[in-house]
Amino acid sequence: MAKLEVHYTINGRKHEAYIEPNLTLLDVVRDDLRLTGSKEGCGTGDCGACTMIVDGKLVTACLMLAPQADGAEITTIEGVAENGTLHPVQQAFLDKGAVQCGFCIPGMILAGKVLLDQNPKPNDYEIREAIAGNLCRCTGYTKIVEAIAAAAEA
Amino acid sequence: MHRFEYYAPASLDEAVALLKEHGDGVKLLAGGTDLLVQMKEAGLHPPAVVSLHAVPGLDGIEFDEASGLRIGARVDVASIESNDVTEQRYTALAEGAGIVGSIQTRNMATIGGNIANAAPSADTAPPLAVFDAVAEIIGAGGQREVPVIELFDGPGSTILTTDEVITGFKLPTPPANTGSVYQRHTPRKIMDIAAVSVGIRLSLDNGKIGEARVCLGAVAPTIIRASDAEEALTGQAPTDALFAKAAELAQAASSPISDVRGSAEFRRHLVGVMTKRCLDIALERAQD
Ligand SMILES: Cc1cc2nc3c(=O)[nH]c(=O)nc-3n(C[C@H](O)[C@H](O)[C@H](O)COP(=O)(O)OP(=O)(O)OC[C@H]3O[C@@H](n4cnc5c(N)ncnc54)[C@H](O)[C@@H]3O)c2cc1C
Ligand code: FES
Ligand code: FES
Repeated sequence: MAKLEVHYTINGRKHEAYIEPNLTLLDVVRDDLRLTGSKEGCGTGDCGACTMIVDGKLVTACLMLAPQADGAEITTIEGVAENGTLHPVQQAFLDKGAVQCGFCIPGMILAGKVLLDQNPKPNDYEIREAIAGNLCRCTGYTKIVEAIAAAAEA
Repeated sequence: MHRFEYYAPASLDEAVALLKEHGDGVKLLAGGTDLLVQMKEAGLHPPAVVSLHAVPGLDGIEFDEASGLRIGARVDVASIESNDVTEQRYTALAEGAGIVGSIQTRNMATIGGNIANAAPSADTAPPLAVFDAVAEIIGAGGQREVPVIELFDGPGSTILTTDEVITGFKLPTPPANTGSVYQRHTPRKIMDIAAVSVGIRLSLDNGKIGEARVCLGAVAPTIIRASDAEEALTGQAPTDALFAKAAELAQAASSPISDVRGSAEFRRHLVGVMTKRCLDIALERAQD
């Protein structure tokens, strides 16, 4: 089977890869491009550990076929901090102690960031809804919700 | 995922030709939220996958008073949820679209994929049916239009042939004084699929019900119209007693199974409760 060439702009940097088409965007970003901040939990869209922002939209990269994202602008957790300064959502997760094992956190932070970009003053319900697609196996939801609320105040 | 030949045609003609050439087993790919799960977990191993992402003409939500609403098959359900026209005129559809999965799911899931996947619990199916939506289809044999309610012939199965692609959906402009609603019952509040779902449209005419649509999901092998309930409602003045009667008729139309999301008895009970509740809401919205 012929390999395909794909081009992505990830966190502002151009990348290209030669891939088999039966890989997901998550596979390519982690295994070929070595950006391992995005995690694979379920592989079936349920847990949100693989969350990325693709062309401005929050998606689960485990369900996006790698060639379908050809040409896309992608933000992963590695691109959220700017010039060494943490994003307010990242800082709030640290300040509030919202991180336990950390596995869900990249997805949670991207979901929180997209929420605040669209709705700078969300209420508690809106925050919970925004992270409904992100499971925390350490079940630290209370602190996570508090952290996103704190970032909105910051 | 097993290996497959991957194609990203740049036109509908090319897509149809590829489907025809590869025949049985070839799969169209839209958002991938059903297909990739099936390929990873459910033993589906298509020899070829034809992606729709580069095919023009499958986007856009357009409304015009005379011809109604047209939604391209590749439109994601997040865009349908947040569209002003769907929210105001086709409320049940905005509600169905807004309930699918998580934000991430809704950004990827297309309406064409939701319908073509043919789950009896598909959340945009009853809403499309209550607005008498018609699917535009193109295949090797030409174009045809099929009412959405007639597309399904069993769980996960449609009347589409392997070389056919849904290109969009057409929904006539609802009459004045229309109210619609879509609700589902799920064991969990979000990120679950319907145990029972109900879509209703009531269009009032001089205080009486001029047109009624009652569509049930997840309580039969396909979505179903509760025609007896619709007939009982049509031409009548809306009353509590009438709605209770219609709810009973909807229950009689359902043939649910027992599974992890609820027993058959529980589901049939819910059909009654939810139909009554949704009729009340649709009426209130129609009177607004
Ligand atoms: C975590 C998660 C939660 C979910 N929650 C819900 C939910 O709450 N409610 C719900 O209804 N669904 C839910 N789903 C299922 C799924 O997201 C929807 O059915 C979605 O709309 C499918 O669209 P897609 O574009 O992703 O389809 P794809 O996976 O790309 O395709 C699905 C099927 O349709 C065919 N197809 C796609 N487009 C066309 C076309 N234009 N013409 C002909 N055939 C076509 C494909 O060949 C395939 O067989 C969920 C899925 C996940 C992963
Ligand atoms: S790994 Fe993608 S949603 Fe779980
Ligand atoms: S911190 Fe461990 S999964 Fe959320």
